Amino acid sequence: MSVATPGKVAYVNARIIDPATGFDGPGELLTIGEEIADVGRKLFEGRAPTDVQVIDCGGQILAPGLVDMRVQLREPGEEHKESLKSGCEAAVAGGVTTMVGLPNTNPIIDDEATVEYVARRARKQALTKVYVYGAATKGLQGKELAEMGLLAEAGALGFTDATKAIADAQVLRRALAYAATFNFLVIQHPEEPSLANGVMNTGEISTRMGLSGIPREAEIIMLERDLRLVAMTGARYHAAHISTAESVEIIARAKARGLNVTCDTAPFYFALNEMAVGDYRTFAKLSPPLRTEEDREAIVEGLRSGIIDCIASDHAPHDQDSKRLPFAQAAFGGSGLETLLAVSIGLHHSADMQLIDVLRRLTIEPATLLGLDAGRLAKGKKADLVIFDADRGWKVVADEFRSKSKNSPFDGQPVQGKVLRTVIDGRSVFNAQ
Amino acid sequence: MRDPVFPHRHLLGIEGLTPIEINHLLDCSERYIALNRGEHKTTEALKGRTVINLFFENSTRTRTSFELAGLRLGAHVINMQVETSSVTKGETLIDTAVTLNAMHPDVLAVRHSDSGAVKLLADKVNCGVVNGGDGSHEHPTQALLDALTIRRRKGKLNGLVVAICGDVLHSRVARSNFYLLLTMGARVRIIAPRTLIPSGIDRLGVEVFTDMSKGLKDADIVMMLRVQHERMKGSFIPSVREYFRFFGLDRAKLSQAKPDALIMHPGPMNRGTEIDSDVADDFERSAIREQVELGVAVRMAVLEILSQNNALHAQTGGAT
Repeated sequence: MSVATPGKVAYVNARIIDPATGFDGPGELLTIGEEIADVGRKLFEGRAPTDVQVIDCGGQILAPGLVDMRVQLREPGEEHKESLKSGCEAAVAGGVTTMVGLPNTNPIIDDEATVEYVARRARKQALTKVYVYGAATKGLQGKELAEMGLLAEAGALGFTDATKAIADAQVLRRALAYAATFNFLVIQHPEEPSLANGVMNTGEISTRMGLSGIPREAEIIMLERDLRLVAMTGARYHAAHISTAESVEIIARAKARGLNVTCDTAPFYFALNEMAVGDYRTFAKLSPPLRTEEDREAIVEGLRSGIIDCIASDHAPHDQDSKRLPFAQAAFGGSGLETLLAVSIGLHHSADMQLIDVLRRLTIEPATLLGLDAGRLAKGKKADLVIFDADRGWKVVADEFRSKSKNSPFDGQPVQGKVLRTVIDGRSVFNAQ
Repeated sequence: MRDPVFPHRHLLGIEGLTPIEINHLLDCSERYIALNRGEHKTTEALKGRTVINLFFENSTRTRTSFELAGLRLGAHVINMQVETSSVTKGETLIDTAVTLNAMHPDVLAVRHSDSGAVKLLADKVNCGVVNGGDGSHEHPTQALLDALTIRRRKGKLNGLVVAICGDVLHSRVARSNFYLLLTMGARVRIIAPRTLIPSGIDRLGVEVFTDMSKGLKDADIVMMLRVQHERMKGSFIPSVREYFRFFGLDRAKLSQAKPDALIMHPGPMNRGTEIDSDVADDFERSAIREQVELGVAVRMAVLEILSQNNALHAQTGGAT
């Protein structure tokens, strides 16, 4: 084996997929130091230069590392559920090279110091790049505007009250108007709180199980209302984790009207339906709740058509104690980083979506939306890459997660699509072997 | 005899005034500047007349300015500070008007926290009424004194670029200034966060900016508006420090404006909130003290003209 100059790596024998350019085909990629130096069909005329470390991708897919636009990292405040270290380790195992944390930490991210604290702590891990959203309202209380301008200067990528809806219409109106001043993105958890006192989707199943329901209308009503305020203020609005068929229609209409609106969904909502709650499985207690099969199908269709712009893991780590409770008392949310890619690739295998389109919603779309210089394979860009086998099957074993949180609704399920290697700034930070 | 150029009984707002009327008011004001600066500051123009300052809202500077204006014209000036209770507001206002009217004043200078209240009162009295500021509607003497300040410093109003920055949503000063400046051919820009920009404002003919550096670019006049502290605790603005960072006038932002740009503020200033002391006290560029000075001259001219215009009316008791 030749002596490799550190920092020069050639990825050969790959199927390169870059949604940003639409390229999908055999190719090679060279990184020098932290950056992509070149990418193309044939860079080395059959033999790589001797001063380069060669990684044979074995015909597997080489794509931009995933950009996960919605995760909850419990540091600072609840490190026993997830720390930046465990969260970043889970992320690289999932092929995620950039992720954005919600501001519902403790302390809440509503001042610059906390934005900077998280950035500094995450840099120390030298793994997945971590950004955060700032709180839209002080203390996530839904009453007074947070210092969006100063938070953005500190690095906040957008503004949201995390897992709470900005429910008061006047407050949302002002938050949107204020954000529009600076062209900031406002991200809403679209759920009318007065309708969301239940624990699972309202319907036949909740009735049979004797569980209180959260009707689909909680999401529909909030979205409809919000979009009126978006039209009024001209703000940039993003609806997180949409879960109902009507939500897709509402977003489609808003886009057709030319509103500055985007949305995402999480794998839970296109891979599962309310039946997953089954025998009171608290791992399937999510927010918003898993919906009907018709909703799930509509979410898949929304991803296929592009009405749904992005896929985010909505990673919501919890400790065992928060989930080993009667269903009604258990915490909402599931671990999602390590199953993000595999479950999303399910859209390719079972819903006939092109792989490049699945990856688009996981890379360039969220990166562009958030103004991040990530999610593409181009000369001069940071070498944040994932190599994966789209076909290899494996079984989700939550106990083997790198995340501290084992609360996966996919636990025990077979999935197809395995992350083989994750590269951040030119360094391999995860290698499945 | 009525003033031939400005024959109105009241000055309730700038909206609707013609350039000729505005220029006339400014010309008449000009005459009193020298008088105010001299040793002997009184005339007998309004000898024997009565001016009542009727303030339903706290004010020190405007009330004092009207009071001085009346006194220097030789009129009797009475100050009435009326506390308003929200429950009885409408009733009190008309009752007060009827009561005062019976005392035969010549001019009432009225301030009220409700938009339109001064007009309501003017409809019920036989004397002249000058609006000393009504709610978020108009403050015509402020716009006139601003215009006089600008005209004296820049020699004209026409063609100037005036950037008005701050709480436009709640500002009567801003509205009166839009009307006046646009009528006189100036270009008006407003600069504010979107939460403080009233809807439909672009229909008034002003240009809207949310980025202060862009809005101040090549401006001739930088007019800062006061922002109430209670609006900066999260309802419209997240905090004072954020407001100052993005919308407070400091040297750096001011450098975008023309080198000889004039800085104005209707007062009272919140230093460190909407304006840096360094800029506010810049002797070369700040016209803030001059605005206060010219305010007295403007109010003298207005009181004199309205008093004249109502003289005949008061005698005959007829309505116009």
